[in-house]
Amino acid sequence: MAKTIRFTLDGRTVEAREGETVLEAAQRCGLRIPHYCWHQALGNPGNCRMCNVEVEGAAKPMVSCRLQPKEGMVVRSAAPAARRWQRAALEFHLVDHPLDCPVCDQSGECGLQDYYMDIGRYPSSLRDDKWHMGKRMPIGPHIMLDQERCIMCTRCTRFVSTVSQSHELGIFGRGHSQVVDVVPGRSLDNPYSGCLADICPVGALTDRDFRFQVRVWYLDEAESVCPGCSRLCSIWAHTSTRRPWHNQGRRLARLKPRLDPEVNGPWICDEGRYGFAGFDSDRLGRVLRLGRDAAELPWDAACDEIAVAWHRVVRHKKPEGLAVVASGALSNQDWAGFRSLFVDGLRLSRFLFAPEPDQVGAEDGLLRRRDKVPNLAGGRAFGFGAEIQSLTWQTLAEQIEQGEVWGLYVVDRDPLKVWGEKGRALLERLDLLVYQGPRKGLTGELARFRLPATAWLEEDGEFTDFQGRVRGYRRALEPLGQARPDWEIFAAIEAAFHGGGGL
Amino acid sequence: MTKLLTAHFHEPRLHELETYRGLGGYEGLKKALAMGREQLMEEMKKSNLRGLGGAGFPAGMKWSTVTPEAKDPGPRYVVVNCDESEPGCFKDRVLVTRAPHALIEGLLIAMHAIDAKQGFIFVRGEYQVQYRILDKALAEARSAGLLGERSIDLMRGAGAYISGLDTALLETMEGKKAWPRQPPPFPTAKGLMGRPTVVNNVETLCMVPHVVLKGGDWFAALGTPKSGGTFLFSVSGHVAKPGVYEFPMGTPLKDIIAAAGGVKGGRKLKAVIPGGVSTPVMTAEELDTPMDFEGPRAQGSFLGAGGVIVLDETADMVMVAHNIERFLAHESCGQCTPCRQGSYWYERILERGLSGGGVAADLETLQRTGEDMTGKVICALGDTVGVVTRALMKKFPEDFKAKFPERRG
Ligand SMILES: Cc1cc2nc3c(=O)[nH]c(=O)nc-3n(C[C@H](O)[C@H](O)[C@H](O)COP(=O)(O)O)c2cc1C
Ligand code: SF4
Ligand code: SF4
Ligand code: SF4
Repeated sequence: MAKTIRFTLDGRTVEAREGETVLEAAQRCGLRIPHYCWHQALGNPGNCRMCNVEVEGAAKPMVSCRLQPKEGMVVRSAAPAARRWQRAALEFHLVDHPLDCPVCDQSGECGLQDYYMDIGRYPSSLRDDKWHMGKRMPIGPHIMLDQERCIMCTRCTRFVSTVSQSHELGIFGRGHSQVVDVVPGRSLDNPYSGCLADICPVGALTDRDFRFQVRVWYLDEAESVCPGCSRLCSIWAHTSTRRPWHNQGRRLARLKPRLDPEVNGPWICDEGRYGFAGFDSDRLGRVLRLGRDAAELPWDAACDEIAVAWHRVVRHKKPEGLAVVASGALSNQDWAGFRSLFVDGLRLSRFLFAPEPDQVGAEDGLLRRRDKVPNLAGGRAFGFGAEIQSLTWQTLAEQIEQGEVWGLYVVDRDPLKVWGEKGRALLERLDLLVYQGPRKGLTGELARFRLPATAWLEEDGEFTDFQGRVRGYRRALEPLGQARPDWEIFAAIEAAFHGGGGL
Repeated sequence: MTKLLTAHFHEPRLHELETYRGLGGYEGLKKALAMGREQLMEEMKKSNLRGLGGAGFPAGMKWSTVTPEAKDPGPRYVVVNCDESEPGCFKDRVLVTRAPHALIEGLLIAMHAIDAKQGFIFVRGEYQVQYRILDKALAEARSAGLLGERSIDLMRGAGAYISGLDTALLETMEGKKAWPRQPPPFPTAKGLMGRPTVVNNVETLCMVPHVVLKGGDWFAALGTPKSGGTFLFSVSGHVAKPGVYEFPMGTPLKDIIAAAGGVKGGRKLKAVIPGGVSTPVMTAEELDTPMDFEGPRAQGSFLGAGGVIVLDETADMVMVAHNIERFLAHESCGQCTPCRQGSYWYERILERGLSGGGVAADLETLQRTGEDMTGKVICALGDTVGVVTRALMKKFPEDFKAKFPERRG
């Protein structure tokens, strides 16, 4: 067993693990000591001097982020002396701070505001002009810099030197006039640049996407995972529904990393963070029968009609002539329903799961994975591995051409986009085309039945990551209109087959 | 009175190897190399030679804390701190200009003592002439075979006061921003490139050959019980003959001022800053203070690096405070918040006081925020910001009341 050190902090006994500082041990036990520069993944330069504590027997204040506890040490972080030192450090941080909270996006989740309310609340003694520096500087595709709001904690420069290792930021000049800025000729465009808005404890580095969209106190949050690649980083989904006229009417306000030491630590990549900006666009909300007799249908009617259509065809054609194209974005629950309907029920054998070229992308040693679909691993666990991928886009096209395939059930994929214009003729040959998914897509327009599915933020579910961990996510938003989770749709169709005596 | 470093300053060609050797130069090195490390350390410890760059850390003790080669194999370094930037101090400049070989000799002895193969002399960027003098002297020593297996390189500062602080200096040498480190580990354990490193002031090393030649006990006896040998005082301000004066440790402050010709123009002395602007002010009543590392402490000040700044009755202490704080605000490295912001806040308050806008409440702010800086920052520069003005306020309250009056409304 690793050695532990017991010390008291504000009267409570705290057990520090070997190598842990007083601040770290406190943090782990849920005890809060004010701090700006310390960050669990970025070290403890000890430059903000906010975490000063009183140690019994020590002549001077000690910065708890650099203090190794000793057995029996008595530490006070909330005693009057410690509070005075912390308040003084806060006051120094605010001397030249512009206090533009009313127009600052950080407002509501700002380290300066929070500590001022917790331990500050002193009257200002400043009678002189403040020092002015650069404002609203777009230093990269995602990040806006406000040099005046910067408190010089150096988290950002440590991030670009140790985490992203891209070195685009520096601290230029000296003393009170020094500034954080991008290195001349560079742009803050590393694949993790959004993290800088997360780690900046104040409004100096903010998210350009989120700028002026919605006040953080109007947001709701839900635990989720990012479906941007098979890493499945833990995230918070921040949604804006209380005031629909904010955030330009979009319900998803932003995605933020959710600390997960086993998966993503405190980071997520920009593709994941910003890849879902169009979450609400092109969405399906109504169950439709398309074609000459187009109509909006209730779910049970649609499912019955699909079952009837199937029966009509299989009277004279082979049942296995129905092919299924599905994406690796299905949840484990969806895969279960999928298997039950198409394999165990209809006994189909023509499937296509292979990711499209644009679903394969950049990979690095930090988080990003090559496969940009979240749940191929979940699919494999349900038996939809490489061995069952009997089709490619090429062979599927040929088999439709030759009449071997007479029907297609498309789940959140877009064959027409893959095949281009020649695909239209192919799809028109089919006796049955069902499209199910959260978004319209080109193929959806040609389908006989178009079924609206929920997107991941609108359902509870689980994915399985590339390391085999099952990763749950929670519903953050209401489904749109008639949309239902994929597994519910599969189950309803299966029930319709049973009702019609088809299975 | 015994003079060690300035004894031969009347020799016009002292900076040349031949002259220096003719006067017994490099004999200390010869003796040290023959001596064996343990005995050398012993003499150094006995000598009570203190670090003369300002902090006064005993030099022998510093050397002996270097992890021995046997326990930590690999390179180790000696770095000469010739960044001398403290306003009021100019002794290192004079030493290097007049007697560069004394420094090289001391450095070679220090390198021998800690078994360093590589030494560096870090020269303040503005010391252009001194850099050239050192460069030439090194070339002479090298071609005379005095370096032996050892190598010494010159490096230049880029014009920041803070890079005179040993750990900031090491950062600069590694090509980084001169932001002080926070020991532990100390440079003697982990210094330049993470290797054991001794950083010593120019003057400290210049003293070393004398310790070796005449023995630690002899050297110690020149000074006071805890501060051995002599010390170079840079005397400036309102004196008749500003300059560098060598005196034994413990010489009363008034003797040093008298040697510099006393206060200029027959005016009355008002105050003395004893060791460079970072050291708290002393009053005319405190002139009997013995100038060693212990004396000025009794008056709440420090010996510092011996930059004695004499101020006569015409000096306005608010102006003095403003001058110093403006310097410190300009030189604050900006790493830690209380110093970065506090120093500039100080500058603004004092500036407003000078231009007629001061109010009594400002004095409370200066007092309170000064207390909140000292001891609550990363390095001694920030401590100084809070200390200097408070000492002036305490010892010369009338000057401050005049500029920061109680006001109606
Ligand atoms: C702000 C600051 C500036 C300093 N500048 C110098 C300097 O210019 N030269 C110097 O020798 N020591 C300077 N020092 C002291 C060094 O940190 C260090 O103590 C010294 O170089 C060690 O050498 P010594 O023990 O021989 O004195 C400075 C210290 C501080 C806090
Ligand atoms: S950074 Fe914080 S304190 Fe500063 S303006 Fe923004 S919200 Fe206000
Ligand atoms: S920009 Fe933000 S993260 Fe960077 S140093 Fe300033 S306050 Fe810290
Ligand atoms: S006290 Fe001042 S000079 Fe020293 S590290 Fe802090 S900001 Fe830099």
